[in-house]
Parts: sequence; C-alpha cells; structure tokens
Amino acid sequence: KKTSLVVVRSDGSLNLNTGSSAGARRLDQLVTNAVAVSASLLSTSSTSLAVLIHELLLYEALREGLEEEMDRDNRVCVMGEDVGHYGGSYKVTRGLADKFGDLRVLDTPIAENAFTGMGIGAAMTGLRPIVEGMNMGFLLLAFNQISNNCGMLHYTSGGQFTIPIVIRGPGGVGRQLGAEHSQRLESYFQSIPGIQMVACSTPYNAKGLMKAAIRSENPVILFEHVLLYNLKERIPDEEYICNLEEAEMVRPGEHITILTYSRMRYHVMQAAKTLVNKGYDPEVIDIRSLKPFDLHTIGNSVKKTHRVLIVEECMRTGGIGASLTAAINENFIDYLDAPIVCLSSQDVPTPYAGTLEEFTIVQPAQIVTAVEQLCQ
Amino acid sequence: MASLLRNSGKITTTAGLIARPGFQGGRGFGLSSFSLFFSSPRRFQTTESESRVDSHCYDDEISQKFSVLGGKVPYTSGMRFTSELPEEKVPCYRVLDNNGQLIDSRNFAGISKEIAMKMYTDMVKLNTMDTIFYEAQRQGRISFYVTTTGEEAINIASAAALKIDDFIVPQYREPGILLWRGFTPQDFANQCFSNKFDDGKGRQMPVHYGSKKLNYFTVASTIASQLPHAVGAAYSLKMDGKDACVVGYFGDGGSSEGDFHAALNFAAVLEAPVIFLCRNNGWAISTPASDQFRSDGVVVKGQAYGVRSIRVDGNDALAMYSAVRSAREMAITEQKPILIEAVTYRVGHHTTSDDSTRYRPLEEIEWWQMARNPLTLYRKWLESNGWWNDEAEAELRSNSRKELLKAIQVAEKIEKPPVGDMFTDVYDAVPSNLFEQEKLLQQTVTRYPQDYPSDVPVRAVPSS
Repeated sequence: KKTSLVVVRSDGSLNLNTGSSAGARRLDQLVTNAVAVSASLLSTSSTSLAVLIHELLLYEALREGLEEEMDRDNRVCVMGEDVGHYGGSYKVTRGLADKFGDLRVLDTPIAENAFTGMGIGAAMTGLRPIVEGMNMGFLLLAFNQISNNCGMLHYTSGGQFTIPIVIRGPGGVGRQLGAEHSQRLESYFQSIPGIQMVACSTPYNAKGLMKAAIRSENPVILFEHVLLYNLKERIPDEEYICNLEEAEMVRPGEHITILTYSRMRYHVMQAAKTLVNKGYDPEVIDIRSLKPFDLHTIGNSVKKTHRVLIVEECMRTGGIGASLTAAINENFIDYLDAPIVCLSSQDVPTPYAGTLEEFTIVQPAQIVTAVEQLCQ
Repeated sequence: MASLLRNSGKITTTAGLIARPGFQGGRGFGLSSFSLFFSSPRRFQTTESESRVDSHCYDDEISQKFSVLGGKVPYTSGMRFTSELPEEKVPCYRVLDNNGQLIDSRNFAGISKEIAMKMYTDMVKLNTMDTIFYEAQRQGRISFYVTTTGEEAINIASAAALKIDDFIVPQYREPGILLWRGFTPQDFANQCFSNKFDDGKGRQMPVHYGSKKLNYFTVASTIASQLPHAVGAAYSLKMDGKDACVVGYFGDGGSSEGDFHAALNFAAVLEAPVIFLCRNNGWAISTPASDQFRSDGVVVKGQAYGVRSIRVDGNDALAMYSAVRSAREMAITEQKPILIEAVTYRVGHHTTSDDSTRYRPLEEIEWWQMARNPLTLYRKWLESNGWWNDEAEAELRSNSRKELLKAIQVAEKIEKPPVGDMFTDVYDAVPSNLFEQEKLLQQTVTRYPQDYPSDVPVRAVPSS
C-alpha cells in the first residue's frame, strides 16, 4: 500500500507528498476534525510534479473512493435501495456487491427511516456504514433518524457512542424529474447539530470527499447532484483525500467573490467566461463544506474583493445562501463595499415542464447581470 | 463491539424476482391458468447458495419455474376472505400459576439457584428504586422520572437470560437490565440528578441511561426509532459472526410506529440475530391497547413479517426467563429475528407528568397490583423452594431503601457538569463556531452570575 498522499490545498495547488513521515502524519491529522483548518497548518512547500492520472466520470470517482475505503477498512459497508446487485440507481455501487458480498453491500427494503436507523445502530456498534438515499428527497423520510438520533446520540450518550456514518445521495434539480425528486435537502439539514454536510462537484473532489467522509468520526451528509454524475475529469492515480471543512478556490480573482457549490459552480464558471470577456475578474469559490462553512477561505476572499455574490440552487427562504449571507455579514461586515447578493431558486416547487424548470434555476445570464450591478 | 470482518459476509439470497404482472388468458377468475410475465433476470447470486426456493406450482411448467411468492401457492375456486381476527387468541406462555407453583415442570428448562435469587433481589431493588425516585421527584429533588412498576419481571428476567455481550436497545422502561448488569444505585442517581459523574454528562433527561461498557444503548425519547438501530446492531454482529444477539425493547404504543414495521421487515429479510421484545402493558399514556391496534395484540404481527413469535406472560419471571433464553438461542444459531410479546400491565403512571387515575379505574390498577404482581408471584415460588422468607424480605427492602436514599443524598450534592460540556461531543473535536459560542456564554454567565444557577461551574473544559 502506497504511503504517499496528494494534498489539495484551498488555493487549488497540489502537493505531492512521497512518504515523508512528518508530512504524512500531518496529512492524517487533516482528515477527521470538524475544526476549520487554516491554510498555514498545511505544509508550505509546493512542488508541481508530473503525476500519474486516469480519466473517469464523477460516479466512477465516487465508486473508486468507496471501493478504496472498503478495501482499506473491513468495517465499511453500504446500505440502500438497489445498491447491491443492481449496482445503484446511479451506478455508484456497481460491481461492489460482487466483490464484497451481499451483506457488505446491502439491498434494503423501501423504508428510509428504517435503514438510516439501521445504519446508526450499526455505527454505534463499530461499523462504518454508508447509507445511500436513492434520491436526497427520499431522505426526508429519514429526518427523524438523522435529526433526533444521528446528530444527537454522540452528545446525549456523553460521548460513549460514536456515529461514523455517511449519508449520501443525489439531490438538486435534474432534467424534469418532478417536484418531489428535485429537493434541496441541504436547506433542511443545515440546522441539525452534530452532523457535517459537504457537497461534491467534480470527480476529483467527489472521490476525495467520499474518502474523507468515510474516515471521519462524525456523521457526514454528502450531497451529490443528479446532473453531475457524468462529468469527466482526470484525477491522480495516487491516493488522496479532500478536507471536509475546506472550500475550493476554482478561479482566483480581484473584483468580486462568487460563492457557490455543486451544480451552480458550472453556471458560475460559464458566467465567468462572459465576465472575463467583459473585463471583470471574478474570484470563484466552491464552498464544498456546507456545514460548517469555511469562513477562513471565504473571509480571505472577502477581505480582498469586498464584494460577494452567492449563487445557489436552494430556495430563497432558509437555504444555504441565506445562512451564508448571515454568517458573512456577521463576521466581515467591515470589509464589504456592497450588500451581499444571493441568487437562488424561487420559493416554488420545481415544475415539471422543461422550460419552467429552467426558469427556477439561476442561469449564467443572471449571474453576469448581478456581477455587473455589484461592481458598479 | 464489531471489529474486523472474518469473512466477506456473503449470505444466501432467495431468488427474489422482480416481476411486472401481465395478464394472459382471460377465462375469468379462479379457474384460469393465471401466469405472470417476468421481465427482469433472476437476481444474481454470488454466494455459496443454499437454495430455499420451492418453485413448484400446481400449474404448468412455465409457472413452475417462476414464483413471486417463493413457493407453492394453492389455488381455490371458493372466494375466501381471511378473517381479521383468528378464531382463538394466541395462547400466552406461562410457567407459574397464581400460587407461584410450576404448572408443568416438563416445560420449564430450569434455572440455577444463584440466578433465581439474583433475579428476585434485583426485582425488589428495581421496585424500591422506583418508589424512592418517584418520591424524590414529587419532592422536587429530581425533575422527572419513569417507573417500571409492574414490569419488573420483564426487565430482570430478560436481562438474566441474556449475556453481557448481547446489545440492549431500550425504549425507556428498562432500567432493570442495567441494574442486572451492574449499574449501581449511585449510577442511577447520578444520571437522574445530571451531575458531573453521569456517563451522559448531564445532557439528557432523567432515566435516559446509557452505558457503552454494559452494552446498553443510550435511551432516546423518540418512540420505536431504536428498533432499526437494533437491526443495525444485529447486522454488525452478523458481519462479525459473533455469539451474541441484540434485544430491542418497545411498548404496545411503539408497535404503531412505522419504524417497528420496517425494523421487523428488515430483520426478517436480513436474517439478523435480533429479539424484538414488546412490553404490551395495555396503555400508551392514556391510550388503551384497544385504541392502539385492532389485531390480536402484537404477537400476530410477527408472522406478517416472517418473524417467529411468542406471547409470554410478562408478569411471570420464570416464563420470561425461559422464553428469552430460547429466543436468544434461536436468534444466534439460526440467525433469525424473534418477536416476543410480554403481556403485562403498567401499574404506575406513564411518567411523573401523568396521573393515570384520570383515564382508568383505580380498581383495575389495584387488581393488577395485587393479583398479578410479578414480585409476589415469584416470591411464592422461591418460598416454596425454601429459598426465601419474611426476614430476608424485610432485610432486603430495608437495605435497598437505605442504599438508594444515600445515593440520592450523595448525588444531590455533587456538582453539575461544567458549562463547557455543553459544547463538547457535538462533534469529535470542538469546532470554531461552538468554541466562540462557548466563550460568549461564559462571558454572559460571569457577568450576570445572579441570573444563572450557582452549582454549574463556568470554567472551560479543554476539548478531548
């Protein structure tokens, strides 16, 4: 087993660390804390090396991360609907049941509250389960288990029982999936104490976050997006983990900070192209960590640009953007030259009609307009 | 605790086919050869299989190959609705009669004197603890309490039949199991007073005990949410191939929750070594069992999910002991869930916030207290063996009472956990936002000490 790890730092640079024990130890420390890690704690040397890479799709990256963790630790198991022989509705667990057996990749009957509860019970007795919701919206049925038990039992048991569970699944607005299958659960879960929430957006961070979530001692909810599963990217062959509490610097800039996550990252980057042509220099940050927010990276950016635009898929009321706006205002009000603008979906159930569905999602044109207005 | 997997956990699967029914042949109901059209392939079996599908059917060869129902289904031309209630109620297993004598010694496997005695003394201690803590709540010394009066036999006898490796997943009326396993009166008192020696660090209401050391999951107030946890714990035991099972407790009211049904279903499909022990005590706060379900109790629900079940007299300590012992054996060797319905009566109020005389007749409570008291019944059996007498009883009760009163006095005076404990264990390490919130709280409390309790230390606790 290779001992070297690639560290992703919040400024996007790679640091290939080959076997130096001090570096490796520090890398191990990065993985499990819920404390936001400042960049200065990471090793400061940065070398660009030619790394061995392979190309794959996002769902394959998730599977790779899952498989590596299951190989590494016998206690990791998966449970969910159709995850076994069917390979998962989005093929994330394809092939795993053949490799690890029916019991470790467990098909469950249709009862989200029950199999989430089952995952919690298994975690309390020492396993590290990954619960897959076929669609994030279905996990609304598991809300009781997630809020009252998953988030709480470590605390109410006085620290005696830990719940190292990962709850994952695709959410967000897809292509005409209907209102019930287009839920953005991060809004509802963000208030639950005791859990962490992360959202992946690229094959690279999908694999890294999956691995980090599995290794974490806290319950982690990993939000994937229905439309991002077929994204293709080249990722390193070497083993790596992404920090659960760090945001990702997608595009450094000077004029404005655009905060986003998951699918909206791509709309923002598309808008960024237009903006660059128009002479603006946006700084795009994929916040990745939805609970807790990486206020360190975000703060540094705000101090540099003094303008913030948040682009999210959540509803206007009570979404991630609303909380992020509050957090930034509370902490960095002195650095802002303009009020924070938050672009979100309207407070309507997602319509089925394709054209209407498009109108509920923030489009690149809106982002361009918002930036232009903010930067006046 | 679950550790490394010894095998890759392969189990046999039945050929669970996914079918889309189509109708072929329209000669009418009953006499037609009703065949089903299947579009999905047979579920892939990766395991050393033990074929459990009996795919015979009375009809033609094609339908013999496939069966949605996993076996022979006889057809009938007479339209027959299964009755909503069985002709006879499921019989209730009982070992001792009303005079504490063995009804049929052939049906009782026996019990060692040591265990038999500990069972009785623990039942008395539990009963005494309930009386004293209830009084303490009435005196305003603790804020809340839940008694187990009338259900001592279920608590203690089931604990006696299990081993320390068996996980206990309680509802909230099972402190007797902790008592059996070694929780002291001081431990109970510390939790009820939420002082700094509470294992739960004062974070939960009284009676929400939990002990990882004694394999007893922390009580959560939510009803029946622990049953899927029990299945999960059984899943982890199954993975490890351990010689242990899980026992999930719940009440008649809990059997209405969705989690109960899903957990039983899961356990059956998963073939998990879990015992579901229902304390059917007739009341869910003010809702009688007749308003809770219309089936013949909870035991019949076992068969509905493919779970072996038994109805036991919950006030008969020997019957409980015997049934739980057998259930444990079956659960572990056969890797199957078992449902036990222990029929009993909630003699006390639901909690200290309830006055049950408002919704049920006093005569009913008194009848159960006198005629079917688990302690009295069991004591008669012990005395008939010459193992107990009035002096021993008086001494035990007096000693227990003294010990408990002392425990309360001591617990009352111990400091509460520090304010810092409010912020630890939310995550594995204290994150920055909680650290700031803690600082803010400390500042506020230090500034206005007259508005905050004086027995809660403010000093910060370093995150572990």
